[in-house]
Amino acid sequence: MSDTLRDKYEVVIGLEVHVQLTTQTKIFCGCSTEYGSSPNSHTCPVCLGLPGALPVLNRQVVENAIKAGLATNCNIAPRSIFARKNYFYPDLPKGYQISQFELPICEHGYLDIETEGRGKQRIGITRIHMEEDAGKLLHSDEAGVGSLVDLNRACTPLLEVVSEPDMRSSDEAIAYLKQLHQIVRYLDICNGNLEEGSFRCDANVSVRPYGQKEFGTRAELKNINSFRFIKEGIEYEVERQIELIEDGDKVVQETRLFDSDSGTTRSMRGKEEAHDYRYFPDPDLVPLVIKDDWITQVRGTMPELPQEKMQRFISDFELPGSVAEVLTAERNFAEYFEACTRLHKDARTCANWVMGDIQRMLNESGIDIEQIPVTPQMLCGILERIADNTISGKIGKQVFDLMWESSKSADAIIEERGLKQVTDTGAIEAMVDEVIAANPAQAQEFREGKDKLQGFFVGQVMKASRGKANPAMVNELLCKKLRS
Amino acid sequence: MELTDLTLHEMIRQLREGEITSVALTEASLARIDATDKNLNAFITICRDEAIEAARAADARLAQGDAPMLTGVPVALKDIFITEGIRTTCASKILASFIPPYDGTAVRKLKELGAVIVGKLNMDEFAMGSSNENSAHGPVRNPWNVDRVPGGSSGGSAACVAARQVPASLGTDTGGSIRQPASHCGVVGLKPTYGRVSRYGVVAFASSLDQVGPLARNVRDCGIMLQAVAGYDPADSTSVDTPVPDYLAGLEGGVKGMKIGLPQEYFVSGLDPEVKHAVDQVVEVYRSMGAEVVEVSLPHTRYAVSCYYLIATAEASSNLARYDGVRFGERVDPGKGLKDMYTATRSQGFGDEVKRRIMLGTYALSSGYYDAYYLKAQKVRTLIRNDFLAAFEEVDCILTPVAPTPAFALGDKTADPLQMYLSDIFTLSANLAGICGMSLPCGRAEDGLPIGFQLLGKPFAEADLLRTGYAYEQTQEWHTARPVI
Amino acid sequence: MADKITREEVEHVARLARLEFSPAEVDALTGQMDTILAHVEQLNELDTEGVEPTSHAVTLENAFRPDAVTHSIGVDKALKNAPLHADGCFGVPKVIE
Repeated sequence: MSDTLRDKYEVVIGLEVHVQLTTQTKIFCGCSTEYGSSPNSHTCPVCLGLPGALPVLNRQVVENAIKAGLATNCNIAPRSIFARKNYFYPDLPKGYQISQFELPICEHGYLDIETEGRGKQRIGITRIHMEEDAGKLLHSDEAGVGSLVDLNRACTPLLEVVSEPDMRSSDEAIAYLKQLHQIVRYLDICNGNLEEGSFRCDANVSVRPYGQKEFGTRAELKNINSFRFIKEGIEYEVERQIELIEDGDKVVQETRLFDSDSGTTRSMRGKEEAHDYRYFPDPDLVPLVIKDDWITQVRGTMPELPQEKMQRFISDFELPGSVAEVLTAERNFAEYFEACTRLHKDARTCANWVMGDIQRMLNESGIDIEQIPVTPQMLCGILERIADNTISGKIGKQVFDLMWESSKSADAIIEERGLKQVTDTGAIEAMVDEVIAANPAQAQEFREGKDKLQGFFVGQVMKASRGKANPAMVNELLCKKLRS
Repeated sequence: MELTDLTLHEMIRQLREGEITSVALTEASLARIDATDKNLNAFITICRDEAIEAARAADARLAQGDAPMLTGVPVALKDIFITEGIRTTCASKILASFIPPYDGTAVRKLKELGAVIVGKLNMDEFAMGSSNENSAHGPVRNPWNVDRVPGGSSGGSAACVAARQVPASLGTDTGGSIRQPASHCGVVGLKPTYGRVSRYGVVAFASSLDQVGPLARNVRDCGIMLQAVAGYDPADSTSVDTPVPDYLAGLEGGVKGMKIGLPQEYFVSGLDPEVKHAVDQVVEVYRSMGAEVVEVSLPHTRYAVSCYYLIATAEASSNLARYDGVRFGERVDPGKGLKDMYTATRSQGFGDEVKRRIMLGTYALSSGYYDAYYLKAQKVRTLIRNDFLAAFEEVDCILTPVAPTPAFALGDKTADPLQMYLSDIFTLSANLAGICGMSLPCGRAEDGLPIGFQLLGKPFAEADLLRTGYAYEQTQEWHTARPVI
Repeated sequence: MADKITREEVEHVARLARLEFSPAEVDALTGQMDTILAHVEQLNELDTEGVEPTSHAVTLENAFRPDAVTHSIGVDKALKNAPLHADGCFGVPKVIE
């Protein structure tokens, strides 16, 4: 599609995100929420929807919802209620989903995002509500058995975060999603795993000619399981809708599935009937009343949020914004960095190491920072030895690699391997003399003004010392000797 | 006198004093069921082996001297109570072979107190009915006249006590389902305040109205049964955490100085003259015992049936969605896909009255009608509740008839659902208001059918109801009468 | 007939509730529901402006359970009453996506 055509239309996106909460137990019963267990092993009368069973609300789910609400600038409702959403589906044991409809727990929030296109934008959050998840449908190859139902996931807690239709590009949608994702990870209320479905996104997408007041007809893209696919799905949908309108056709309000193989979306139309969910207050549950002291108490348990942390890193450690952003992307990573700054006064050096060698080794070994073999104490052991000239920066890298393998302290490794820097002037002088003597031609050229040979000589001396010579002293002595 | 003629408290005393054994009592109960139930059809399931085994264990405990309150007493449960390992059908075809993997809270409490469960009782399917004619297992008959209905929905629970198959039973009351059959069968039935007894493990009909309660031959026995099952249950979010008093301690306190209200709206046309006469007599008895009887007004009474049937059917339509042939129950699969399986399972599994109420409730909740029907009914419910709260500012309890007529004939009202619903007029307000109510025998119609009266009490004032009922009962012999079957 | 509800509406509600009725049953149901709905129309005599709806007759709030794992009943008990099961799962007619 040509840019000029595309530029005639404004894109309007609203997002609904389902955040699976990492509580120990389900939202309305004491069954474990553990992922990956054998089918139906985490079930009981309540989550199986057996006759006579009744739901009782998990208090932790409420606290997690309050946290999410506070972190997204929502009002926490002093009184909220649960409602039943009635529909039949085999993964929905009771024939209704317990959710919130009127009076959700959080309303009227927002997130501030920044993208290249429109710069800073405030994206409204309409509401956040609590609900139970459905089970899983699997397909069977066995004759006579159509589909299989596993109810381990049934009744696990979800938050549904509904945004206003405030986003105007797929970039803004991704920025919003990434920020929300980062927040729930920081709050430690969701593992954030998109592929396992712990963080699921539905996107309502429409287009309208610039200047038109009314929104265009929207299509809902369902359950896309990566940030990249969300972007692709939105992009495809925008072009599809523009083409329809340009061809004089109408966009139909419908649910569409994204196909990651082809990068396209397809209609689910014809396979779903018009829904009438018949919401009404669930008489098995009682109103949820949240007083200010409870909110205050929950607020007290919340960590510093990514945006605040980033700002603080910039001002406290005098780091560039881009560096602070990388460091605060993940809470554990940021906390690792902060632990280092408490042990080693040069925050920039800490940042370089954390973003450099630590990140590199985490990537190479494929482990999480929680399992890292090099603690902040150990890493700072290296940084201290570099700072006090016991080792050079280059040797520091060697020590780091050995430390990753052995989990030994910097001092132990330096001692064991004899990596201590040579600072004895006599010893270095001897090596410098030897190198100059061995390379008379280069020495001559240097004296004639070829300054860049300095590097060659330093390299030769360092090689002779197996890296241990103090580079500053080597430089100083070389200058003195070569110019004399 | 036969063992089955003993009342619950007499059985408890004699078991403790070693005069009788639980095995003997249980065998007598089972024999009585065998002898009479062909005519009555009060039981859906008889737990012969389990009962005898429990009776033996009870006798052993009694011999050791550490037996809790109900040890060794045979009781029976409406088939709406979930019982682990014992078929629970709710009198529906759709649950014909459902064997639950757990016990509900009331059942667990009875077992912990040593009661011997002899069987599961017939009822209207999913507790929807006022005559016990809506059962997949056929109607229950009234022990006083087998051509008459026993009332419903806890028809089996009332008939089994009247026929002395067991000394006491548990039922549930959503709109009068304990009190009305108790009245029709000449026994005492008590619907506690909403939240007093756990609903966990009770198949739901209308969750905001359902309440578990006892039926027995006299007030004291009702108090004993209520004591057994009442109390806060963390497994039921709507159960109320307020202390359970000793219901028997104040039983003999009398009614002197008490204020009893007669709601003028309950004594209007349509009330059978024999019923009116019997209730008038009760009023005189209370006056003679020193109670002050005054008129009160419950102005929204005439709206209660409409309000009730909208709320109850709406909740039921959702509560009954789980009967889909997937995880339990009978499946009918025409082999044409999921939706047809659902539709066939439900259409063939549910009886006509259940389907009618699901339809009404689905309609009341559906798009465009919610505000006009369901929400409106919830607001009217507030008015009805306020009527009672205002009346209880003036009086200690309220006295009314239970049903407009004595038990009607089988088949009389089945063709006209609305007429059947209207017969619940005196009982269902208590469910809407969440208050407690009790039905006691107070007379006999010319054709010999029992007539009952109702006492309605303030929330959590079950002890007042029991005391008030007991005072009346001490002056009468209606509760000792024995039907011939 | 008071025409509170039509045959078509009855059929629509039946579909929502996953029930089916024969034409004769639809006729009968339409008549019965119509009568009942005409009766409940009486509620409109009452002015309920400003009246709070009652969900529970007893005032209740905040019933919670702690986030502590309790015993699940196990796969065998979970599946025991299932009309059809395979591979530890409930079996249902094929669900088309």
